[in-house]
Amino acid sequence: MLRKFLDSIEPHFHKGGKYEKLYALYEAVDTALFQPAATTKTTAHVRDGIDLKRIMITVWACALIPMFYGMWNVGFQANTIIEGMSNPELSGWRHAIIGALGGYDPNSTWDNFLHGAVYFLPIYFVTFVVGGFWEVLFAAVRGHEVNEGFFVTSILFALTCPPDLPLWLVAMGISFGVVIGKEVFGGTGKNFLNPALTGRAFLFFAYPAAMSGDAVWTAVDGYTGATALSVLASEGLQGGAVGVPTGQLTWMDAFLGNMHGSIGETSTLAILIAGAILLLMKIASWRIVAGTMLGMMATAFLFNTIGSETNPMFNVPWYWHLVVGGFAFGLIFMTTDPVSAAMTNTGRWWYGILIGVMCVLIRVVNPAFPEGMMLAILFANLFAPLFDHFVVQSHIKRRLARG
Amino acid sequence: MEHFISLIIRAVFVENMALAFFLGMCTFLAVSKKIEAAIGLGVAVIVVLTLTVPVNNLIYTYLLKDGALAWAGYPDVDLSFLGLLSYIGVIAALVQILEMFLDKYVPALYNALGVFLPLITVNCAIMGASLFMVEREYNFGESVAYGFGAGLGWALAITALAGIRERLKYSDVPDGLKGLGITFITVGLMSLGFMSFGGIDI
Repeated sequence: MLRKFLDSIEPHFHKGGKYEKLYALYEAVDTALFQPAATTKTTAHVRDGIDLKRIMITVWACALIPMFYGMWNVGFQANTIIEGMSNPELSGWRHAIIGALGGYDPNSTWDNFLHGAVYFLPIYFVTFVVGGFWEVLFAAVRGHEVNEGFFVTSILFALTCPPDLPLWLVAMGISFGVVIGKEVFGGTGKNFLNPALTGRAFLFFAYPAAMSGDAVWTAVDGYTGATALSVLASEGLQGGAVGVPTGQLTWMDAFLGNMHGSIGETSTLAILIAGAILLLMKIASWRIVAGTMLGMMATAFLFNTIGSETNPMFNVPWYWHLVVGGFAFGLIFMTTDPVSAAMTNTGRWWYGILIGVMCVLIRVVNPAFPEGMMLAILFANLFAPLFDHFVVQSHIKRRLARG
Repeated sequence: MEHFISLIIRAVFVENMALAFFLGMCTFLAVSKKIEAAIGLGVAVIVVLTLTVPVNNLIYTYLLKDGALAWAGYPDVDLSFLGLLSYIGVIAALVQILEMFLDKYVPALYNALGVFLPLITVNCAIMGASLFMVEREYNFGESVAYGFGAGLGWALAITALAGIRERLKYSDVPDGLKGLGITFITVGLMSLGFMSFGGIDI
């Protein structure tokens, strides 16, 4: 029936039809629901069963793992704090929903999920609608198709937001990311920066208090709690744990994700599970991931050896760098973005190493930013084409020398 | 030694001439279409900056600064109002000499740079470095390090931009933004990436 309906309205969207401009939207709905009519009939094209659509959907599905954990964790953290407060102020539409469907018990999985969902889902919804609007607008005006890359961009952007971010900022961030970061260059595959990160960096510099202040990491109004990373930067490790406001945070806590932070970044375990799937399916490049780890470990080790009396970040070992902040999330989901990363194999190694080095460098020596992963990846994006260029040049030279 | 290294790193990354101060934009945008030409120009800028900043430093310290002419018997003379004029003169002369040198000994690079070598004379980054040197009261050694660092940072930025622009050849930019428009957006996004160094205090 749906098929019939789609077929019956199809002529309106072709050239000369009433809604010619909206063809892109029609096409997107149509191919998402049904197999396109123009499929490959022979085997001549088949080299791999996976195409861009599948790749993007797989990444998107993998991002759901940290997303579900993140939703639970946002709720769990918030409920734990509310439980400890003597007279919590619970008003507004979010609390109306929670009050109607559940409660504030940190031991109840449902309550935690619900609490996380009323914070995450509006962010994701706004991201999707606003970003999707730009995507469809550009597709309609410029006559290209809506690309699945936006699924990935939208969920990655939403997951890197702190839970308490105002929704109008979410809309601004994703607009900047999609329009300036991607669409002005002609859409997916033609941009040179990761659009999700571009949007986040824009918010980070334009509204620093809303993006990285102490009050935004917990979904409780008026509660200020620093992230593990900023506590690390100011106080360092004490007896193998970080003194976050809610108590002592051990390495295992940080690895499992029992801490404050952006929605998707807290649990290194959930991210690594998603990463393992992406690496096994050869969607994420293992060279980039290995290069980033290598660069991070080497730089962290170097700073450990140098040591410092005044800056406690110097003494943070590499396995702590891995579990706090956005390192793991960036490592799996952001560095491996096939568009903005280096394209040659040798280039990927260098690209990864540069990210790892820069990330630790910013975290340790730059007092202005506690988190370095986002900026490190953006910085490496700038140099990815250069790495490729030099790798290709050296190949050409070697071929020539070989005769 | 450590002082000089941190000065160079500051000049390359934190206070990048092109991406933090937006100096030298005309050549930055014009010669960044091909990586090879960008590298050539970058090297030329490094050489010119490493020469002109110290030379201007000498001129400032021994001729122009308030009381600098004490050695000639005029302790009350302040010629610093001649600064701009003298610096640009020194830069023009040095670029001319560099051009003749390249023409004679490295004709390949001379041809590749073409008209842009004389254009370095009016590159704001070169002039800017000399003025920063005066404003921050660098001594001779510091001005060598600063000149080299500022040049290196500018060269790095233009090479990266050229790499991105070569890649953007395959992009599908709206008509109104083709050419310089998209390049301005690109440079803006690049400086967003370079913001990662803002605030580092070394």
